[in-house]
Amino acid sequence: MDGMHDLGGRQGFGAIRYTPNARAFHEAWEVRVNSLYAFAVRLGIFNMDEYRHAIERMEPRHYLTASYYERSLTSLATLLVEKGVLTREELERRAQGLFPLAAPSAPGRTNAPTRERFQPGDRVRVRDDYVPGHVRMPGYIRGKTGVVVSESPDYPFPDARAHAIESQDEPTYDVRFRSDELWPNSADAALVHVGVFQSYLERVA
Amino acid sequence: MPDHTPVIQRTAPVERRVDAIQQALDERGLKATEAVEELRELAEGQWIPQNGARVVARAWVDPAFRERLLANGRAAVAELGLSMPKHHRHLVVLENTPTVQNVICCTQCSCTAFTIIGLPPDWYKDLEYRARVVRESRTVLKEMGLDLAPEVEIRVWDTSADTRYMVLPLQPPETVDWPEEKLAGIVTRDGMIGVAPL
Repeated sequence: MDGMHDLGGRQGFGAIRYTPNARAFHEAWEVRVNSLYAFAVRLGIFNMDEYRHAIERMEPRHYLTASYYERSLTSLATLLVEKGVLTREELERRAQGLFPLAAPSAPGRTNAPTRERFQPGDRVRVRDDYVPGHVRMPGYIRGKTGVVVSESPDYPFPDARAHAIESQDEPTYDVRFRSDELWPNSADAALVHVGVFQSYLERVA
Repeated sequence: MPDHTPVIQRTAPVERRVDAIQQALDERGLKATEAVEELRELAEGQWIPQNGARVVARAWVDPAFRERLLANGRAAVAELGLSMPKHHRHLVVLENTPTVQNVICCTQCSCTAFTIIGLPPDWYKDLEYRARVVRESRTVLKEMGLDLAPEVEIRVWDTSADTRYMVLPLQPPETVDWPEEKLAGIVTRDGMIGVAPL
């Protein structure tokens, strides 16, 4: 989905709020959220793709105003409700207030019907796909051309796994893009490497 | 007389929402509180940048290890007793040189090789870094205090799949004769993300 989470290349953002060697956690509840979602994954209640997708499904207004660990909490709660482990009513009764959840999921998809093996040096284009469900293609590479640098081991296909759809594992390709091809005349010079699933790619003749 | 006072429903404070989940899972016999304690120790005590710092220091003093690390990161860090989650099937180590600066990010969420370089800090997961670093890399790095010479090529790595990355920083020249343990002491998480010199 072309959601709020897909931030790469969006303009208008201000300075990075950087302090050297900042801590990962600031509050005790943040550590608890991190542990609880990892625990739910360990129990097999949901997988990491479902977890990421439930964050992406948060309403943009909520997504943008929530801290990182509140987004994590919202995904955890949404999935526990969707999987039938708890109900929203129970959560709101216990919390004594509203418990905002993510929006329902749109359909996912399985692997592309035709997939090609690529070699380092091959020129590839990212398919012009618009996917209503989970997808790990950052929007800024859609339709763009790059060069294959290497192939990864096979991974579960997230577009399917976030929706409990059958699929085959497939490799990702480290594809190198030039920033001036991604954003002509509108980017600092750099090479941008993205891990791109095989299903997202087609060969450039 | 009916009560017409409107019911004002407010979002529960975030800590109460966490409590609600934890208690509900506990009451179902899932032992969430025990798991929280165990995972807290992993998150705060085991998944720390000192792991990656040991890897970097070893690579600086041992050229054969460095070769193995660059060829297969996952296998090489295992030599130092370090592990990665099963779903991180591949660790790609990105070597900085005098003319190449690597920097890692995750534009869609917060993915990192967290068992090796530590859990990511706020700024890495914030909107600003995720939006800007792929498009305005040199500007962003300069703002963060890393002012690169014009001839240095920037390579940005967006962690959009389950392959994980870490940057192998340049060894500061004044440290060439240092012992491995002392070298590990100067390696920072930010250096392994690629946004700070050592």
